[in-house]
Amino acid sequence: MKIGEMIAPRAAFGDALVELGGKDQEVVVFDSDVGTSTQTARFKGAYPDRFYQVGIAEQNMVAMAAGMSTLGFRPWVSTFAVFLAKRAADQVRVSIAYPKLNVKLNGAYGGIPTGKAGATHQSVEDIAVMRCMPHMTVVCPGDAYETEQAVYEANKFVGPLYLRTVRCPVPIIFDKNHLFEIGRAYTLHEGNQVTIISTGMMTPKALRAALELEKDGIKARLIHMPTIKPMDEEAIVKASKETGQIITIENHSRLGGLGGAVAEVLSEHAPCKLHRLGFPDCFGESGDNEAIFSKFGVNTECIISKAKEMIKC
Amino acid sequence: MPGCNNNSRLSAEEVQELKQICRYVRKMIINTVADAGCGHTGGSLSEVEILVGLYFRIMNIDPHNPSWQERDRFVLSKGHASPGYYSVLANRGYFYEGKLADFNAIDSMLQGHPCMVKTPGVDMSTGSLGQGLSAGIGMCLGRDKRGLDFKVYVLMGDGELQEGQIWEAAMYAGFHKLSGLIGIVDYNKVQLAGTVVETLDLEPLADKWKAFGWKVLECDGHDIGEVVDTIQKAKRMSESGPVVVIAKTIKGKGVSFMEGKFQWHAKAPSESERKLALEEIDSCVE
Ligand SMILES: Cc1ncc(C[n+]2csc(CCOP(=O)(O)OP(=O)(O)O)c2C)c(N)n1
Repeated sequence: MKIGEMIAPRAAFGDALVELGGKDQEVVVFDSDVGTSTQTARFKGAYPDRFYQVGIAEQNMVAMAAGMSTLGFRPWVSTFAVFLAKRAADQVRVSIAYPKLNVKLNGAYGGIPTGKAGATHQSVEDIAVMRCMPHMTVVCPGDAYETEQAVYEANKFVGPLYLRTVRCPVPIIFDKNHLFEIGRAYTLHEGNQVTIISTGMMTPKALRAALELEKDGIKARLIHMPTIKPMDEEAIVKASKETGQIITIENHSRLGGLGGAVAEVLSEHAPCKLHRLGFPDCFGESGDNEAIFSKFGVNTECIISKAKEMIKC
Repeated sequence: MPGCNNNSRLSAEEVQELKQICRYVRKMIINTVADAGCGHTGGSLSEVEILVGLYFRIMNIDPHNPSWQERDRFVLSKGHASPGYYSVLANRGYFYEGKLADFNAIDSMLQGHPCMVKTPGVDMSTGSLGQGLSAGIGMCLGRDKRGLDFKVYVLMGDGELQEGQIWEAAMYAGFHKLSGLIGIVDYNKVQLAGTVVETLDLEPLADKWKAFGWKVLECDGHDIGEVVDTIQKAKRMSESGPVVVIAKTIKGKGVSFMEGKFQWHAKAPSESERKLALEEIDSCVE
């Protein structure tokens, strides 16, 4: 993976899972008939005896993985985020989160990019749902490189963890100097006039925004927040105190996700001006990913104009 | 006390011993729920013979080592019937009987619905109906991959069978001819707010399970000898695929004013009702 190369995080996830499976015999994978989309089919190809095809039965799949984890295995459950976090939400909650079982949940097709499938498949509330679940850790990597690292870290981590991946190619922004750790924020660009906090596939877009702003003489700090829970509160408080204003951006609803989480931290510990970029309280729709991001104001240009606007006033 | 994992038929004496335990468990249920002022009475009383049969005769377990890896597993998928479950676990020596007095109290290890993290002997957390059979299947998968050889028992309510997830799980286990999985239905004909027949009937129930690839056995769920024989038989038959035992029971069994009444699904007896209930259970010694 080279910086700037376009790679889909789901592909990196699929490959990482295969590699992980080679090193860790306790890893088993559960699929509900979407493995060729989520890329767990690669694991099936490599380790068919550790791949469980459950059929189109997400609720059964989630609780089955819970049962299997009680024997000490490390099950990875993978399906579209929209179904994992909502159709099977109660099974995740009662059968996995409550007893704190060691099951990893891959919410694939996170957010808007679903191959034009539209609102039924666009998961704009999975982070919110997973984030408020007790015992749940929520990870949302920025590119394919970080996704790969996150798979390893998630597997080492003991307890329920939700790993969100996206379908579309995303530019690589990280290289071997990046060490993903659960719960840590990463400052990717220094600045003191405004802070941009981004997560998931919005980070490459935010990085471009920070660099563009720099050309215009604006020093924007960029904080990448790959772990939504537990959140690196210190980085947020520091940004508030040092830059005085914050913009968040995410491939998710403005309600309850990164923006919501940051707002909670700020209002309690370091109030400052905050603008949340993300999906308004509405369903998505079919169309080119970038056209949708643009329609709902979730892209590089929106960060730039918002930052300029905030700095001016 | 009868031994564990005992495959022989019960002698008349053993039947009497188990009946004695069932009576004692019924009194514990009444006292636990009455002390707490809340809890699911009806479905606890209907499952007594099934649980006593499993824990005192059928299952291969060691109450002093509840996390022993080779033990048989039990999932109370109808998790609300925890007073019955806890009473049997306490009786079997998983924890001190006096703990039942804390049922549902703050900081108690005995939660309203079973919690595997808090209560020794509980193999799976349940309480949201419909999930236990899936968890049981997962345990079978883990067992097979580990090369272990235990059995997995899952007790479901009849009302609970209205949950779609049960049938997702049934389809999976049937299709894969999963061995060593024994489902038991506490077929007490009553659910939370009414009878099963008037709510959403299950019949033909045996045919439904058969259509999903399960072998089906039926028994009188309050005849301890028959319960034990049938589950033992199911256990043997489960070598070649999943088996379900449909146990015909009576909700509130043993206390005539509770029997068959949905009103006693989750109601605690008053002091006078407690007294009446205990007297009736005591008086039914043959
Ligand atoms: C998913 C879910 N929906 C609803 C409930 C509320 N509830 C608790 S017990 C019960 C009735 C269960 O009836 P049944 O399975 O027949 O149990 P039993 O009669 O053996 O007590 C209901 C609806 C629940 N616990 N879980």
